[in-house]
Amino acid sequence: MKVRISDDAVALACGADAVAAEFEKAGAEVERVSSWGMHWLEPLADIGGLGYGLVTADQVAAILAGTAPSIGPIEAHPFLARQDRLTFARAGKTRPVSLDDYYATGGWVGLAKARSMGGDAVIQTVLDSGLRGRGGAGFPAGIKWRTVADADGQRKYIVCNADEGDSGTFADRMVMEGDPFMLIEGMAIAGLAVGAQKGFVYIRSEYPHAIAKMTSAVSACARLVAPFEIEIRVGAGAYVCGEETSLLNSLEGKRGEVRAKPPLPAHEGLFGQPTVVNNVLTLAAIPWIMANGSEAYAGYGMGRSRGTMPIQLAGNIKYGGLFETAFGITLGELVNDIGGGTASGRPVRAVQVGGPLGAYHPVSDFNLPFDYEAFTAADGLIGHGGIVVFDDSVNMARQARFAMEFCAAESCGKCTPCRLGSTRGMETIDRIITGENRAENIELITDLCETMKFGSLCALGGFTPYPVMSAINHFPEDFA
Amino acid sequence: MTALADIIAAHADKEGPLLPILNDVQAVFGYVSEEAVREVAAALNLTRAEVHGVVSFYHDFRKEPETRRIVKLCRAEACQARGVDALLADIGETPRVKIETVYCLGLCSVGPAAMVGENVHARLDAERLTALMASV
Repeated sequence: MKVRISDDAVALACGADAVAAEFEKAGAEVERVSSWGMHWLEPLADIGGLGYGLVTADQVAAILAGTAPSIGPIEAHPFLARQDRLTFARAGKTRPVSLDDYYATGGWVGLAKARSMGGDAVIQTVLDSGLRGRGGAGFPAGIKWRTVADADGQRKYIVCNADEGDSGTFADRMVMEGDPFMLIEGMAIAGLAVGAQKGFVYIRSEYPHAIAKMTSAVSACARLVAPFEIEIRVGAGAYVCGEETSLLNSLEGKRGEVRAKPPLPAHEGLFGQPTVVNNVLTLAAIPWIMANGSEAYAGYGMGRSRGTMPIQLAGNIKYGGLFETAFGITLGELVNDIGGGTASGRPVRAVQVGGPLGAYHPVSDFNLPFDYEAFTAADGLIGHGGIVVFDDSVNMARQARFAMEFCAAESCGKCTPCRLGSTRGMETIDRIITGENRAENIELITDLCETMKFGSLCALGGFTPYPVMSAINHFPEDFA
Repeated sequence: MTALADIIAAHADKEGPLLPILNDVQAVFGYVSEEAVREVAAALNLTRAEVHGVVSFYHDFRKEPETRRIVKLCRAEACQARGVDALLADIGETPRVKIETVYCLGLCSVGPAAMVGENVHARLDAERLTALMASV
């Protein structure tokens, strides 16, 4: 009997290794695969398509005897059946670093097509697909690629930003741990399109499992992507290195300080050479787009947000995990219908969308469609697609204070609004919390947030006002 | 200091070798000493100030060895929403175990989460965190 259990970090953290060992001890053949992304069920055992959730070692005998309750056929589970899995098509189904599994599920088709089309046609395909940068900024990927392709440089680079530091996000980690060849294939296609010889994947040090899987995947497929070369680099615990210019400085061996733009990295990036810096999810979407065509991808989504977004349901949510769907689904559907509300069973009070620099939304925003422009219009952002749910025990003044505290801890120090503003902001919110001149201090923090928003060099200082001001504007009772 | 020389030699041909070298120094020695800063600077033709600037910028690099065992506990928003602050109010550090704050381990759907070495732990409550701290 073959039992499939994930070896993704969430599964491991929930005890998957002990469960796998128990199945082996009982004589079953255990295959370690990627995670389906139904995290509330991990460790999830898959036996011939039937799922067993929250498995513990002492349930193994009953499962093998057929007397344990099953969640039914995994693929038919409503959480999965409602998704449009393009980037996560292999999730739960393949062994992450098995080249055989990758070939058998359509791997390398996109790269072969790209090689036969040539760079210009590849860029046109990416442009036509409407793919926008999934790291948060939402800049059209094809335009960035075109800029690098047209730039003059002795060398060109593809840099994959895998410094996924936003709380509430884990899709990059799941790609790297679950389907690393897809990311490598995407980078090789990018290299071919813009004429880059070398790629770097900059992975945060908090992701040791992703680092290990990516390292073995890169060496396993080196001959398949040659002459393009990929090197894995590991960060050193700095959130700000997720900002692209700071990441480039870090790769060069410098302090991870933000660079002023212009020059754009596309013109003068890594070591001063034209560089594509793309997020993991952007590059991971490329093989599907190449294999299935730009029209098929652009057929998903709404407005100027085309394709699918791997949305991450996190925090105090009943059914947390990875939900890939076309743009346009509403925040309320995601939190209530799919996520099942809070894990604590208490009412939802606030939802932070887009990581620590994203706005806190009240339940009255639940009709917002998941779309770059719609969230911008509502003074928010979708960022990297993380959704963190809070129940009614949350104190929004404390959350606003934490946003400033986080900015102060992680500021690179290059620009004044972020370096000083975050600490002064923390002090000002402390005064509001203790009831000192509340009205004046709220006016002061509002003014400070304006300065940070428009005066900071990058999104760390520039977007910290989103969580702070959204907390003040939507939850004024917590500041009174 | 042959170990240090080996680390430097292993990365010398890389483009931008400083961070890979410092990551290995931290992993092997548990901290980045003044002596290591001097040797790395000399090997890469950098000033000590430049290397010191990099060491002091990144949270992962220690200037002194840490004698206690370290439990890295996520205290970012997703784990806050799942009660990490209340958990910490109940359970503090011990003379043997240091609880170090990290911002996000990517286990945001199953928090509160912690990492010891490269081993990850999720769904922590008071009992499980206490057991984890006793086991490290």
